[in-house]
Amino acid sequence: MKKKDLILAGAVLAAAFLCWLVPRALGIFGSTPDAQLVITVNKAEYGRYDLSKDQVIRIGETNVCEIRDGEVNMIEADCPDKLCMHQGPAKEQGQTIVCLPNQVILEIVGNAQEDQIDSMVQ
Amino acid sequence: MKKTASMGLFAAVAIILGYIETLLPIFTGIPGVKLGLANLVAVFLLYTYSWKEAAAVSVIRILVIGFLFGNLFSILFSLAGAAVSLASMALLKKVSGISAAGVSIAGGVSHNLGQILVAAAVLENRNLLLYYFPALLIAGLVTGLLIGILSAEVLKRTAGRKSI
Repeated sequence: MKKKDLILAGAVLAAAFLCWLVPRALGIFGSTPDAQLVITVNKAEYGRYDLSKDQVIRIGETNVCEIRDGEVNMIEADCPDKLCMHQGPAKEQGQTIVCLPNQVILEIVGNAQEDQIDSMVQ
Repeated sequence: MKKTASMGLFAAVAIILGYIETLLPIFTGIPGVKLGLANLVAVFLLYTYSWKEAAAVSVIRILVIGFLFGNLFSILFSLAGAAVSLASMALLKKVSGISAAGVSIAGGVSHNLGQILVAAAVLENRNLLLYYFPALLIAGLVTGLLIGILSAEVLKRTAGRKSI
């Protein structure tokens, strides 16, 4: 290990810390009340589910996920590596569980992130 | 001829290291994070030969390991990671004052970044990138450092001998 090696390692650590801190400081990630689970399959939205309601969701033919106690876990996947089943649980805004071979994304969003209009005044 | 035989041996070693890695039950909860034992061969070749030999052996290793244990997805991801990793290692090696450890750290970190960029592009999901970024940086740093220390030891003990 030379001095420049340590500088490089330090720079990577600093970059990692910043990348961790900034989204949380901006409120992109973190815990939110009434968070929702958004399921995306093949880049198209498959469905939205409230985290407050326990349920088992079948995603097409390939995956099954479960919401329990405000946490999401992938409980079944037909892909060979099963990485998505080990990733959970996801419960905070911004957290994702990804099944890459099946192109399934489970993502937690806060209600504020929704593009819905609450009310309109004319 | 002698070089061809050596490259064959290095490819075999890389494939065996890749296989050993599939046996190690290291699970971090972060998709795609692994030790990268096969990178030992890439770093070694980078120092004893050049980036061309390192790239050729890496491609052979990825194809063989991919067809044996993975799928088309894992092959594409490995190729993307290896390409970015080798490019940054080859560039950083030219910088004076950086040892094998630093070069290997750059390789580990850029490998992970290359893979997450491909994943985010395939899924067209930006949050994914943002979410895993810090964890992948740290993982690349740690695994790169370990492989770098190993590589430095191997290079030290084989100094002056090109063919082993």
